[in-house]
Amino acid sequence: MITLATSPALAPGKAAPYVIAAYVVFLAIVLIYVAIMAKRLRSNERDLADLKREVEQRRSVEEEQRDRETVG
Amino acid sequence: MTLYGKGLRALTLASIVTITVALVLVFFYAPLDADQGFVQKIFYLHVPLAIISLCGFVLGGLLAIGHLRTGDRIWDMRSYVAIHMALIFGIAGLISGSIWAKASWGHWWVWNEPTLVSFLIVLLLFATYQPLRFSIEDPERQARYASVFAITAGAFVPLNFIAVRLAQQFVHPRVLTLGGGNLPGSMRLTFFVSLIGIALLYATLWKYEMTAKNARMQTRRLRRRLMGEDAVRPLGRSAAPS
Repeated sequence: MITLATSPALAPGKAAPYVIAAYVVFLAIVLIYVAIMAKRLRSNERDLADLKREVEQRRSVEEEQRDRETVG
Repeated sequence: MTLYGKGLRALTLASIVTITVALVLVFFYAPLDADQGFVQKIFYLHVPLAIISLCGFVLGGLLAIGHLRTGDRIWDMRSYVAIHMALIFGIAGLISGSIWAKASWGHWWVWNEPTLVSFLIVLLLFATYQPLRFSIEDPERQARYASVFAITAGAFVPLNFIAVRLAQQFVHPRVLTLGGGNLPGSMRLTFFVSLIGIALLYATLWKYEMTAKNARMQTRRLRRRLMGEDAVRPLGRSAAPS
C-alpha cells in the first residue's frame, strides 16, 4: 500500500512539464476525435456525391426516353 | 426530421470563447495554490472533465429512458452518443488526474485512493457498453439492451459518488463541496468558468456527432429509396437507426 501525504509544492519550473502534458493530452484527445469525425463526414460526402451522380444519370436516361417518345 | 446541425455554429463559438477565457483565467488570474503550487492548475481541467464525464453517463441513462418509453430509436442514438462522449471525457480526465498524481504524489496511480478507484470502476463499467451493444446483431434488441444497460449503469454513477463521499478517509483533494467548496473567490470563478467551458465542449461535440450520424442515416435512407435494399452496405458498428 502506498501512503499518501500532502507533498510540498513543486517549483513552477518542475511542475510546468506536468501541467503542459495534462493540457496537451486533452487537446490531442479532442483533435483525434475531431479528425475521426471529419473522416466520417468525408465518407458521407462521397456517398452523397455518388447518389447525386445516380440521380443525374437516371434523369438523363428518363429525358432521353421522353424525347424518343415525343419524336416517335 | 430533427436537424441537429441547427445552432451548432453558435454552440461551437460559445465553447471556443468560454474555453479561451477559462485558459486565460487559469494561467493569468487564478493565484498559485499555497500547498500544491503550479501543478494545481491541472485541477481546472481534470475536475471539470471528471464531473462532465459522470454527468454524461447519467445523461446517457436519462436519454435511454426516453427510448424505452417511446420505442423511438433516435433516443437510443442520443443516449449512445452521450455515453460515447462521456467515455472520451472520462479517459481525458483519468489521464490528466494521473499526471497530477505523478507530480503531486510521485505515483501515476494509487489503488488505496477511493475517488480514483471508484472513477476507474465507473469508466470500466461504461467501457463494456460498446462491446455489449455491438455483440447483438438485431438492431431493435441491440437498442433495447443498450438502453437497459445505460439506465442501470447511469443510476450506479450517483450511488457510487455518494458512497465515496460518505467514506471516512479522504485523501483526494476536495475542490468542490455542497457547502460551496474550500476555494477562494478567484479560484472558484476560474473553476466554474472552466466547468462551463468543458460542459459547452461536451454539448458541442455531442451535437456534432449527432449531426454526423443523422446525415449518415439520411444518406442511407436516400440510397435505399433510390437504389434498393441491396445498394446499402451493412451498418456495422453504428447506433444510428437504418
